[in-house]
Amino acid sequence: MGYGDVQMIDANGIRNDGRKAGDVRPISIELGVVPVADGSCRMRWGNNDVIAAIYGPMEAHPRKIQRQDRAVLDVRYNMAPFSTSDRIRPGFNRRSREISKVTAEALESVVMLELYPRSKIRVEIEIICAEAGTRCVGLTAASIALADAGIPMTDLIVSVASGKINDVVVCDLNKSEDNYGEADLPMGILPNTGELVFLQMDGDLSPDEFQEAWDYNMNAAMVIHEYCVEALKTGRYPQ
Amino acid sequence: MKGVLVARLDNMTEKKNAAGPQDSQRVPRLVSPGEDLGDLEGYEVGHGVIAIDGRIRATKNGQTNVNGTTISVEPRRTAYMPRPGDLVIGFVEGCTNNIWFVDIGAPFNAILPMSLGPAKADFGGTRSVIDIGEAILCRVQEVEETHSSVVTMKGMGLRKIRSGAIEVIDPHLLGRLIGKQGQALRQLKEESECRVIAGENGRLWIDGDFEGTLEVRTRLRSMTAEAKAATPGGVA
Repeated sequence: MGYGDVQMIDANGIRNDGRKAGDVRPISIELGVVPVADGSCRMRWGNNDVIAAIYGPMEAHPRKIQRQDRAVLDVRYNMAPFSTSDRIRPGFNRRSREISKVTAEALESVVMLELYPRSKIRVEIEIICAEAGTRCVGLTAASIALADAGIPMTDLIVSVASGKINDVVVCDLNKSEDNYGEADLPMGILPNTGELVFLQMDGDLSPDEFQEAWDYNMNAAMVIHEYCVEALKTGRYPQ
Repeated sequence: MKGVLVARLDNMTEKKNAAGPQDSQRVPRLVSPGEDLGDLEGYEVGHGVIAIDGRIRATKNGQTNVNGTTISVEPRRTAYMPRPGDLVIGFVEGCTNNIWFVDIGAPFNAILPMSLGPAKADFGGTRSVIDIGEAILCRVQEVEETHSSVVTMKGMGLRKIRSGAIEVIDPHLLGRLIGKQGQALRQLKEESECRVIAGENGRLWIDGDFEGTLEVRTRLRSMTAEAKAATPGGVA
């Protein structure tokens, strides 16, 4: 079996987990799950389970990383060894370094770093259970945790991925769709302005398919943003 | 009644600057970062908000507060940022020949120069006056743009803390502890027969007998629990 050989969507447009093309997996959000952190968030999205914790602003060490005009974001994305069916070797690898970097760059565009010169804000993203789209869940959870920590931000970031399975564009890929699908397009969206802070693409999409995936992501981001806001106002979503 | 503005729901729009409850800017409400708080016209931005393209947007998660024409957001949780004049309790973390470095719970350690210290010491004799790990009651004298701060121990009541206990609460709960015109704190002091000094950085010096200290600690714990319960979701 190879790419495109696995049947993941039927003739009626129902996917292998019962969702329609534009549906998002169930989401739950809980704040304040790490008492020692300045802000924290646990986000469950489908079978993904992610904890994001924020520490700081604190003095940046070593001093050579200090910026005189702004704070630096130190993002660490890490998958727990038990988060997938195959054990992951603990520690940093190429993938986690890449995701940490793109997450930091996305967050830098919303966090008002200029208010904390010479400081460091530590963002820890720990993947407890991985299904598919952990970078999206990690980025969204980190943005909620930053808001929980009282770090000034111009907007929240909601990240969601759409992709192509069996030549059909669908929203929020699950594990099998991510593994055997033809393409995926994770995006980080600022819901209040519709601006984009993060975009990656794996595989090939035609311009029309790209537009369709874009629209799915934008619509999903608006819905997920409402969940995030409710969680920030009440401490958890759903109640 | 012709020509008179009647207070009706459809009249109370943001465009007409109606100050009634329909004007969403004036009603305290919970907001999240990026949330639109209305038109900038007629308002000034305070802390926790930002003006973008003529609109006011929240930058913090908290409750809106309108004071005159200034609109701001009272954050639910925030780090202590020192301001000149703050009374704080700090721990000495290090020293050089003529400077102490003091942890005041802010992102950066403050410095206490020997000239602002509690007693005269010879050059190189800083540790004989205040040693590393000791607690001091001091006042923030100066805060630079880069958040470096200088503290002083020159002033009435400022001293090295030699007795009692130091408790820590979240800085945003201090208002609740002190109460209106210091009434709640005064009552706590009278009931526990302890000296309680609250630093703006959320650290409290409790000096008294064992039972009194225990009572203050119990009250602090229950106050924190109450604050958590009062905040929706329990994330005070």
